[in-house]
Amino acid sequence: MSHKSNWPLWEVFVRSSRGLSHVHAGSLHAPDKEMALRNARDLYTRRNEGVSLWVVRSTDIITSDPDSKDAFFESPQGKDYRHATYYKASEGVKHL
Amino acid sequence: MAPTTPQEPGLSAVPSYEEQQSQSRFDALIGDDSRIEPRDWMPEPYRKTLTRQISQHAHSEIIGMQPEANWITRAPSLKRKSILMAKVQDEAGHGLYLYSAAETLGTERDELNDQLLTGRAKYSSIFNYTARNWADMGAIGWLVDGAAIANQVPLCRASYGPYGRAMVRVCKEESFHQRQGFEILLSLSRGTEKQKQMAQDAINRFYEPSLMMFGPPDDQSPNSAQSMAWKIKRFSNDELRQRFVGMIAEQVKVLGLTLPDENLHFDEEKKQWIHKDLNWDEFMNVIKGNGPANAQRLERRREAHREGAWVREAATAYAAKQEQSEVA
Repeated sequence: MSHKSNWPLWEVFVRSSRGLSHVHAGSLHAPDKEMALRNARDLYTRRNEGVSLWVVRSTDIITSDPDSKDAFFESPQGKDYRHATYYKASEGVKHL
Repeated sequence: MAPTTPQEPGLSAVPSYEEQQSQSRFDALIGDDSRIEPRDWMPEPYRKTLTRQISQHAHSEIIGMQPEANWITRAPSLKRKSILMAKVQDEAGHGLYLYSAAETLGTERDELNDQLLTGRAKYSSIFNYTARNWADMGAIGWLVDGAAIANQVPLCRASYGPYGRAMVRVCKEESFHQRQGFEILLSLSRGTEKQKQMAQDAINRFYEPSLMMFGPPDDQSPNSAQSMAWKIKRFSNDELRQRFVGMIAEQVKVLGLTLPDENLHFDEEKKQWIHKDLNWDEFMNVIKGNGPANAQRLERRREAHREGAWVREAATAYAAKQEQSEVA
């Protein structure tokens, strides 16, 4: 008897209510997309946590390389003028 | 590439420059109380410890379904039956969250499952005690789930991201488990003399095993220090046990029942609870597989897996067929 199923891994995203984005909730194994969706409902929305679900095959997700993250995210470093808090001279001026 | 490399990386006794860099990045993240994520470099012992801990935790949830599932058909009312079903479903869910977290460390689900089915993996020894009567459902919810919660809340801040996130979800759902158990005991304690006796008897049997759920005393728990240094564990076994015994010492008064520990008291000088000596020989014996229900629990799990084989095969065959017709 074989224990192996080798069902693909799926990532689950849940929209908790209208007006909000889908947020990653976790993952699960399922043989196909239909079962993935049903399992995601049973596993991640047992307490009305969602009004909409996405499931995506984990292998279909493209990720940035964790080892090169410093270089990859370098561009915004030192550019704090992109934040409102950079501008001090106008502090105290109303509605600004 | 580089077939002339004298040694495989990682086999060398002297860490390479890259390894040293990676180790210091890892140490800095832990030092900053930040989180380690799946694709980060991590020391092999950290990966191994986490894989073992998370998968044992998952196995415990899966085996933990059994003592209570056994009472679903005999619950005293439809409401109690629905509650118990929801709780057992939650435990299945918690097992699945945790298996997913464990898998991010690189061991596949089928392998983890295999470790449980072949008896190579451990699970919490508490589930090798039998649930003899309805009052046990109360004692399990109040004491066993209570101890589990005391253990799990600090794990929400475990240094490994996926474990912490799974625990947040588990803890949110677990809080009803303890309350429903407490209310079962409360109903019994307010019932007939015989019912009250049943509740007391269940507490008497589950008190010591629940205190032992926190693991051996600190001076006999060799791996704790490393786990705490890695910030997987945030409090020691004894600290958590202290916290738990303090809570139930108060809660039992509301039940109008007692804990089977006559000399339990808070020592003002030492600032700690003094409870009876726990039977660690029994604990080790149950872990080794000689508890009242070890063989039965594992056999039931194997049976369920066997009986589900045709469902898994059918689903796999259907998926393959669907995929073919989509390609065509």
